[in-house]
Amino acid sequence: MVTYLDNNATTRTDPEVLAAMLPYLSELYGNPSSMHSFGGQVGAVIEQAREQVANLLGAEPTEIIFNSCGSEGNNTAIHAALAAQPEKRHIVTTAVEHPAILAVCKHLEKKGYTVTYLSVDERGELDLVELEAAMTGGTALVTTMVANNETGVIFPVEQIGAIAKAYGATFHVDAVQAVGKVPLNLTSSPIDLLTLSGHKLHAPKGIGALYVRKGFRFRPFLMGGHQERGRRAGTHNVPGIVALGKAAELAQTHLVNVRREAELRDMLEYGLLATIPDTVVNGGGAPRLPNTTNIGFKYIEGEAILFMLNREGICASSGSACTSGSLDPSHVLTAMGLPYTILHGSIRFSLSRYTTEADIRQVLTVMPDIVERLRALSPFNDDQAGWLQERDVALAT
Amino acid sequence: MWDYSEKVLELFYNPLNQGAIDDPQEPDVTVVFGEVGSIACGDALRLHLKIQLSTDSILDARFQTFGCTSAIASSSALTEIIKGKTLDQALHITNHDIADFLGGLPEAKMHCSVMGQEALEAAIYKYRGIAIEHHDDDDGTLICTCYGISEKKIRRAIAENDLTTVEQVTNYVKAGGGCGSCLAGIEDLILDAQQSGETIRAAAQLAVAREQRTQPLPIHPSPSFDFAQDRHPPTYPSPPLTNLQKITLIQTVLDKEVRPLLLADGGDVSLHDLEGDRVLVKLQGACGSCPSSTETLKYAIEAKLKDLVLPSLVVEAI
Repeated sequence: MVTYLDNNATTRTDPEVLAAMLPYLSELYGNPSSMHSFGGQVGAVIEQAREQVANLLGAEPTEIIFNSCGSEGNNTAIHAALAAQPEKRHIVTTAVEHPAILAVCKHLEKKGYTVTYLSVDERGELDLVELEAAMTGGTALVTTMVANNETGVIFPVEQIGAIAKAYGATFHVDAVQAVGKVPLNLTSSPIDLLTLSGHKLHAPKGIGALYVRKGFRFRPFLMGGHQERGRRAGTHNVPGIVALGKAAELAQTHLVNVRREAELRDMLEYGLLATIPDTVVNGGGAPRLPNTTNIGFKYIEGEAILFMLNREGICASSGSACTSGSLDPSHVLTAMGLPYTILHGSIRFSLSRYTTEADIRQVLTVMPDIVERLRALSPFNDDQAGWLQERDVALAT
Repeated sequence: MWDYSEKVLELFYNPLNQGAIDDPQEPDVTVVFGEVGSIACGDALRLHLKIQLSTDSILDARFQTFGCTSAIASSSALTEIIKGKTLDQALHITNHDIADFLGGLPEAKMHCSVMGQEALEAAIYKYRGIAIEHHDDDDGTLICTCYGISEKKIRRAIAENDLTTVEQVTNYVKAGGGCGSCLAGIEDLILDAQQSGETIRAAAQLAVAREQRTQPLPIHPSPSFDFAQDRHPPTYPSPPLTNLQKITLIQTVLDKEVRPLLLADGGDVSLHDLEGDRVLVKLQGACGSCPSSTETLKYAIEAKLKDLVLPSLVVEAI
C-alpha cells in the first residue's frame, strides 16, 4: 500500500470514472463519425461529456475541444493565438511556466518572435506592474498558469487578463493544475483559451481539453478530419472523453470538500516545520492551491530524500537537479531566487481527495529521521560555511 | 525513477564510513581532507583521510556528502576502496573503479563517481603540498560556464572513459548540461581526442611494424590464415625511420601522451634534441624541481617512447 502524495504528477482514476468509460473500451467501440447508428450512439455520450466539462468551467459546450493532453492544449493555444493575429510578433509569459509553454516560446524566439518572461518574487508571485510595462500593441498573446504545478502558487488571472485585453492580446491560461481544485467561472472572464488535462483530476492519462471562448478566431493545430467541428482532427478518444466528462462532474461535487484537503496539507506543513529545523515552505506567503505544499529542507538533496521516502512507501517529488535527468534544479524555484541551500532539498507533497489523515501522519512520523540521517551525512550545516560562501562567489563571477 | 544497483541502494541506506575524522594527535599519523563540488552544483563531497606518514598509506577514510542517492553511495564506495592503500595506489583509482564497486551507475549519474575520484585526488594533493589551484576546476579555460567545467577536466574525462558523444560528457562531468551553448565546443574536444587517439595508434602500428620486421616470419602459418594471406600483398621490410620521422613521432607522443599528464600536475616536458637514439628532453615546472621525480619521470617517458616509437630510444633529461 503506497502513501500517494504526488497528485500534481498524476492522480488515481476514480472508480466511477473507470466504470463510466469501460463500456467504450469493450462493446460500445463504434466511431461517432460513422454513418450508422452503432457508431452514432457514441456521438451522444461525447456531447454529454462536453457538457459536463463545460459545466465545471462555467462555459458553453461548444467552447470545449477534446484533445490528448495538457501539452497538446498549450501548443494548440499558442499556435491559435498567433494565427489569430498574425501581424503581432510578441508573446508575454512567465518564467515559471510548464515546459509545454516555455519550450514552445523558446522555439518561437528562433522563428523571429519576441518573448517576455515575467519574473516572480521569492513567494512565487508576479508583479503586475512588470506585466503592464511589457505589454505593447504588438503583443499577440499573454499566457500564464492559473496555479503553479511545483508550488501551487495561484496567479491573479482576472487581473492579468484585464491587462492583456487592454492591449488587444489573446489571453491563454494553463489551468492543468487548477481545474477541479479551485472554482473557475469562464462566463464573464477575460480568458480566451484554457488548457486542462484529465489525469490531473482523476481521469486517465491521454485525454485533455482546450476551452476556446465563443467568437475567438480559432485555427486548428492538428489538421485532418472534421472532428470537433474541424478544430481538432483525429478520431475521438471516446473512452477518454467519457472519462473526462465523468471526472469533471465528480470534480464539481468534490470542490465543496476541498477545504478538507487544505486542512490535511496544513497539518503536514505545520507538523514538518514544527519538528524539523531549517525547513521552509516555498511560496508559503502566496495564495496557493489547497492540495500542494513545497517544502525546502536545507543542506540536503531532494533525490536522496525521495529515495528515503520511497523505502517507506511514500510517493512525493522534488525539483532537485538529480531527479529531473537534467542537471539544473527546478526552474520555478530558481526563478523565485531561492538560495541553493533550499533549492536542491525541496520536496513537493500534493494531496487529493483520497488522501487520509493516516497518510499525513505517516509522513510526519518518518520525515524527521530521514532529514536527520541525511543531514548527518552532509558537509553543510549552516549558511555561513566558508566553503559555501567562497564557491558561491566564484560562481557568481 | 533511476535504476540503481542493489549495491548503490545498500550503501545509500546504510552508508559505511560516514562523518569526519578527528586528528588523533599521534606521532606518524595525520588527518587531511579534500573537497569537491559545492551546494550550488547540487552535490559536494568532503573526503577525510587518516594517513600513516611512515608507510604513506591510508589508515582510515570517511566522507561527508551533500547529494543524491548515487553521490552518497559513490562516496561510501570510495572510502571502502581506498582504506589500506598507499597514496600512490590510491592515485591510480579512477571513477570506473568506483562505479564498478557499485555494480555500475546509470549513465546520467556517472559524474557522482567522478566526484569521488576528484575528492581523493584533492585530499592527497593537499597532503603532499601540491598547490591545489593547479587542479581546481576554475583553473584554465572554461568550456562550460554554467557549471564551471574546464577544458582540462573534459579532456581527462574523455580520455579516461573513452567518451564518444556529448551526452556522455554531460553525464560524466556535467559539462553541457546547462544552457547548451558549449555543446559544439565539447564536440570539438571529442573529435580532438579521437584524432589524437588515431595518431597514437598510427605511431603504435608503425612501431609494431618495425618490431615485426626484426623478427623472423612465422614458418608455419596456421591453415586458417592461408586463404587470407594469399590475398594480402606481400609485406616488405619498411626502411628504417629517418631522423625527421623519428623526431615527428617522438614529438607526437610527447604532445599527446605525456604532456597532458604533466600539465595537469603543473609540470611540462619539451624535446630538446635527438642524437641517434638519445632523446634529450627538458623537464619543467613542478616536475623539474623535484630530483626524485625527475628520475621516475625520465623512465616513464622513456617507456612510452620505447613502446610507441622505437625500442632502442633512451631518454636523457638535460
